Amino acid sequence: MSLLLLQEAVSYVPFAAIGAGLAAIGAGIGIGKIGGSAMEAIARQPEMQGKIQSSAIVLIAFVEAVALFAVVVSLIAK
Amino acid sequence: MKTTKFNIIKNLILGLFFVLASTPSFAIDIANDSKDSEIEEEFNVTDMIMHHVKDAHEFHVMDWKGHAISIPLPIILWTENGLVTFMSSEFQHDDLGNVVVEKNGQNFVKFHEEIYYANDSANEEGSYLTLNTEDHPENSYPMDFSITKLVFSMFFSVILLVFIFGLSARSYHKNGVPKGIAKFTEPLVVFIRDEVAIPNIGEKNYKKFMPFLLSLFFFIWINNMMGLIPFFPFSANLSGNIAFTLVLALITFVITTIVANKEYWKHIFWMPGVPVPMKLFLAPIEFMGIFIKPISLMIRLFANITAGHIIVLSLISLIFIFESIWIAPISIAFSFFISIIEVLVVAIQAYIFTMLSALYIGSAMEEHEH
Repeated sequence: MSLLLLQEAVSYVPFAAIGAGLAAIGAGIGIGKIGGSAMEAIARQPEMQGKIQSSAIVLIAFVEAVALFAVVVSLIAK
Repeated sequence: MKTTKFNIIKNLILGLFFVLASTPSFAIDIANDSKDSEIEEEFNVTDMIMHHVKDAHEFHVMDWKGHAISIPLPIILWTENGLVTFMSSEFQHDDLGNVVVEKNGQNFVKFHEEIYYANDSANEEGSYLTLNTEDHPENSYPMDFSITKLVFSMFFSVILLVFIFGLSARSYHKNGVPKGIAKFTEPLVVFIRDEVAIPNIGEKNYKKFMPFLLSLFFFIWINNMMGLIPFFPFSANLSGNIAFTLVLALITFVITTIVANKEYWKHIFWMPGVPVPMKLFLAPIEFMGIFIKPISLMIRLFANITAGHIIVLSLISLIFIFESIWIAPISIAFSFFISIIEVLVVAIQAYIFTMLSALYIGSAMEEHEH
């Protein structure tokens, strides 16, 4: 009986949404680190700006993709 | 110098105008969807978004006074009695299994964009299907080779690509100076050669793989871009379909496996310079890596493009969730902003897919000097 109640309660918790939120936190930290380091690098070597910027964008796309994996999983799990 | 600068600004303004003009047309599309459902039930965001992201048997253009205006596409089925073909308009926009089409002595119904064999009689809701407890039909189904929205969109993109590159190739015949559209394609081809193929595959072998890498890049890119344009011949979410990305990743996987040299397999199963117990531990992991690499390629493209579509659609749905016209400026502004980012993202994703393919191919052909 209590197990059924617990199941009932759990079914109202939006786990998929929580998972997507956690993934967003991770991606935020990752993109922030890349952005911060890129800024620092550009400040040290302004002549390398173009190269640093383009590789930073590619790296950001990689980090973002991991967060989107989580979004897809939470869409499927829902 | 001055004219080129002016040209860039002019092109930028044109591009922005195009994106801005396309955003409200998403809204019109959704407004039409919500009008249908308003009669029966509340506006369901998830259903609407899933309907837009998934494949379909007809090209829905708009609704006019309650009637759906759509372009029918051919349905090709391989049934128990052989090949059956008809146009999707015979289902009369029905997607709940209520309209039966009789062909070749067999009855078909469409339910959630899948074709099933129909029951002999309808149930109390008018549906010719037997649904189980989870609302999935229990009827058997024929094999479906239809030209759906996505298949149509893929054919269309191939025609476009052949046209664009045929034109650019022709402009080199005269004196080798790029003219017209070749001025646009040449820098991209050179970019793929100098920034993707040569650094990753190497000066010696890269030429063999240039056709593959170029087709990959331009095919993914043009399909991503076509997905962002929200009216008729475009607007299909092709690169956000996992079957499409699966096939592209599979081609990369097959090429990597075929061109791989002895060193590559040695580094997977019996890597040099590692103690034997560690070798036994690492070999299965490295072996799984062979498959995980293309799987991650597949999911990366699929997830990025699908997520882009979902974000734009859900921002516009905000108007219908709040049921207020005053939300419209905010939600249009946000989706305009996201659309601009998406234009960048689709190009980056095409580039990343190509670059990683080149990287995997390159790593399979690498010659090590110990």
